Amino acid sequence: MSKIPVTYKRTDLQSDQEVKWCPGCGDYTILASVQNFMAEMGISKEKIVFVSGIGCAARFPYYMNTYGVHSIHGRAPAVATGVSVSNPDLSVWVVSGDGDSLSIGGNHLIHALRKNVNIKILMFNNQIYGLTKGQYSPTSEEGKKTKSSPFGSVEMPLNPMSLAIGAEATFVARSIDMDRDLTAGILEEAKNHKGSAFVEIYQNCNVFNDKAFEQLTNKETKVANRINLVHGEKTVFGEDGHKAVVIRNGIAQIVDTKDVDESEIYVHNIHEENPSIAFSLSRLSHGPYGPTPLGVFRKVQRDTFTEEVHGQIDSAIEQKGEGELDKLIRSLGTWDVS
Amino acid sequence: MEIENKTVESIPAITIRFAGDSGDGMQLVGTRFTDTSAVFGNDLATLPAFPAEIRAPQGTIAGVSSFQVQIADFDILTPGDNPDVLVAMNPAALKAHLHDLAPNGMLILNEDAFEEKNITKAGYKVDPRESGELDGYRVFQVPMEKLTKEALEEFDLPGRAVLRSKNMIALGLISWTFNRPLEDTENWINDKFSKLPEIAKANIKALKTGYNFGITVEAFHHTYVVDKASLPPGEYTNINGNIGLSWGLITAAKKADLDLFYGSYPITPASDILHELSKHKNFNVITFQAEDEIAAAAAAVGASFTGKLAVTGTSGPGLALKSETISLALSAELPLVIVNVQRGGPSTGLPTKPEQSDLMFALYGRHGESPLPVVAAKSPSHAFYAAYEAARIALKYMTPVILLSDNYVATGSEPWNLPNTEELNNLETNIVTKLNTEDGFLPFLRNVDTFARPWALPGTPGLEYRVGGLEKEEGTGNVSYDAANHQYMTDMRAWKVSNIANDIDKLELHGDESADTLVLGWGSTYGGITQAVNRLNEKGVKVASAHFVHLNPFPDNTLEVISKFKQVIIPELNTGQLLKLVREAFLVDARGINKVSGEPFTALELTDKIEAIINE
Repeated sequence: MSKIPVTYKRTDLQSDQEVKWCPGCGDYTILASVQNFMAEMGISKEKIVFVSGIGCAARFPYYMNTYGVHSIHGRAPAVATGVSVSNPDLSVWVVSGDGDSLSIGGNHLIHALRKNVNIKILMFNNQIYGLTKGQYSPTSEEGKKTKSSPFGSVEMPLNPMSLAIGAEATFVARSIDMDRDLTAGILEEAKNHKGSAFVEIYQNCNVFNDKAFEQLTNKETKVANRINLVHGEKTVFGEDGHKAVVIRNGIAQIVDTKDVDESEIYVHNIHEENPSIAFSLSRLSHGPYGPTPLGVFRKVQRDTFTEEVHGQIDSAIEQKGEGELDKLIRSLGTWDVS
Repeated sequence: MEIENKTVESIPAITIRFAGDSGDGMQLVGTRFTDTSAVFGNDLATLPAFPAEIRAPQGTIAGVSSFQVQIADFDILTPGDNPDVLVAMNPAALKAHLHDLAPNGMLILNEDAFEEKNITKAGYKVDPRESGELDGYRVFQVPMEKLTKEALEEFDLPGRAVLRSKNMIALGLISWTFNRPLEDTENWINDKFSKLPEIAKANIKALKTGYNFGITVEAFHHTYVVDKASLPPGEYTNINGNIGLSWGLITAAKKADLDLFYGSYPITPASDILHELSKHKNFNVITFQAEDEIAAAAAAVGASFTGKLAVTGTSGPGLALKSETISLALSAELPLVIVNVQRGGPSTGLPTKPEQSDLMFALYGRHGESPLPVVAAKSPSHAFYAAYEAARIALKYMTPVILLSDNYVATGSEPWNLPNTEELNNLETNIVTKLNTEDGFLPFLRNVDTFARPWALPGTPGLEYRVGGLEKEEGTGNVSYDAANHQYMTDMRAWKVSNIANDIDKLELHGDESADTLVLGWGSTYGGITQAVNRLNEKGVKVASAHFVHLNPFPDNTLEVISKFKQVIIPELNTGQLLKLVREAFLVDARGINKVSGEPFTALELTDKIEAIINE
């Protein structure tokens, strides 16, 4: 990463391309959040690479005045792995959607997380296929009626937080498009994280799945439904903090604050090595319905794939010296013919 | 005393095939005999053949593994036709290979394995040694297991470990018969088992026991010697195609002043490239064993974007999975080498057998109009140069290149006259570090000679650009749905590839250039075709040959070469893929000699078939 702090204006991070998402799309807000954050993140823009797959979200790199690859459906984590391991100095960001990451690209996502590749994955979850005009996605709720499920989806949706934690991710967080401050804070944490970061951002698709996250954004309901996970703080939520999260027998539960001793209220610890509690928190809701945790679920340290690969190369060079072609082609033994 | 009784016959060449259960160590015996012969100075070529199953049921035909080697005192190009010597470690090995043994050939049987159970398991109704079917061969029965047990009595080893050394009896006996010293193999054993000295000693004892058996038993007193070959002077190593290809990639990276990135998912028979490259991290080689074939290719695209010599390697089924990613590299105009070590298809097919059936797939196996250069290795040592050439084209023209090898090239070996690495040309790249116009950076402003676009690497200030699979506007690289632009870019991508025809080696003629008949080939059939043409020329049959290394584009003198001949014959290990291409591109009434039996052509087979066509 750049050692000299660099600051930009947001416009420095904007490419000359016209942004072409539908008016009112949540992607605009996320783009603004990311550009504002990156203007001040202290990394020169030539060292930033955005990699995406296919889908509405995947157009993101075209709008960033950085290096970028708009790749193929689902494969962005694999492309980004190649970018990151090839040049560890780069700040590599993946932008993806729920179909791209969890359906066609599920395999690449879990392996990038497991390997702890130094890439930051932003998954915009709108619970629908937007670019193909409205089919149900792997995060659509059961019973969801769409063009391809006129009688309702019969599929159990994935819980992205549970999946990432199960895939040995070292950084797992969730934000929502409308909450720019929360997004900025999570991006900062993700940037500083050594290894792969998985950030789910609830994103409203106002054309094909409008108001999917209303329970978390509507003034009337959001206070009751947003469980804000803050490291080192007691997990209370709702009007005047009348609800709380406790861990009983290893399982996270929502209780009335008044019914429990204060000492029983869960104090969030993102650095807990054992993933069980973070996993249990992710099970408090299965989608943006009812009380749903937002914020950083988990942030733990583990050697990164990128560092380990280069560590092996460095020690090979240290032990054997820089490779020489003449030695290489003689390494199996030779004989002379005169 | 034994010397007095020994008659040594000098012969120009011999083909030996070792066959046994996959666990019998036949690949090792073959490799050891090969290496000893190479060091001695013979020319040679090998053909290993093994089942796809790691340990198929013991004693069955399905579990038979074999290794054939031809050694000669002259320049040879194939592992031989029908073996002159067959070593069969059990009845199944006999049953699977006897039909190939040359008339009056030498047949060495491990007689201890010819128990009723094994005979039945191999599918024999009666003991083949008694049925008369071995008449016409010189049969030598050797109690290999008994010899091993007796020899290793002094060692404190479990019974199974003892019997594992019986392959050394076979190797010792063959070393005696063909007058090969044991020293080289003894050194190898000591080195391999340096941490298990008891095992090393036991194996050496078994090796010597086999050798001494030859000395003692009169039947073996007629021995053979194949003199050194008069190969061109130089320093040689014995190399197989997977290693040659790996070293070619490392060399190309070094010569381009780039680091090598190799993304791959384990698949037979390409995995050895991954194994080989992962050993050479001190060349700054990054090997990436991906979660699947697609990720292996996708990561290579990412590596290419950052300025690596990016390579992804696989075999047939894996190439199918990589297809969409190759299209991305083609559309983004990023350099990428895709190695396909072909095997028998379709689907899982014959994972350990050679076939040339992915040629059309390499040329056309992508959606959309997506031409790319295709290069093929013609022999194990040529795989080195083919890899270097594929990298050269990819880097110079900013394009994915498919490099075809096959199981025959990949696992076969031959002596390689080592090049002077200083004399290999440096490879050009299109890396840019500065703006290419006054108004800014245009990522699709092309080089006027090669039509390659500039390669701007992340980390370079001022050249930030975005690239992807959507159609790009010429020059700016911005997404464009413009009709005329798509037509232009499609034509440009095709033109860029066809223009490479001027920048590759010309098609060369071999053999009798005054002939009416041309034998045209590509890839691993090179040895067989060339040897067949040589034999026919020696017999006075007028015929010439030419061999494609570049399958797309063809060299620019191809039409000129083909036009000199009245008849064109194309032997291929497929049902006629180059045949179709040549007929279409040059409008010649070419004839095919085709085979998809999972076996390479022998020179004998091609000699007969080519002659038959000429005589029609």
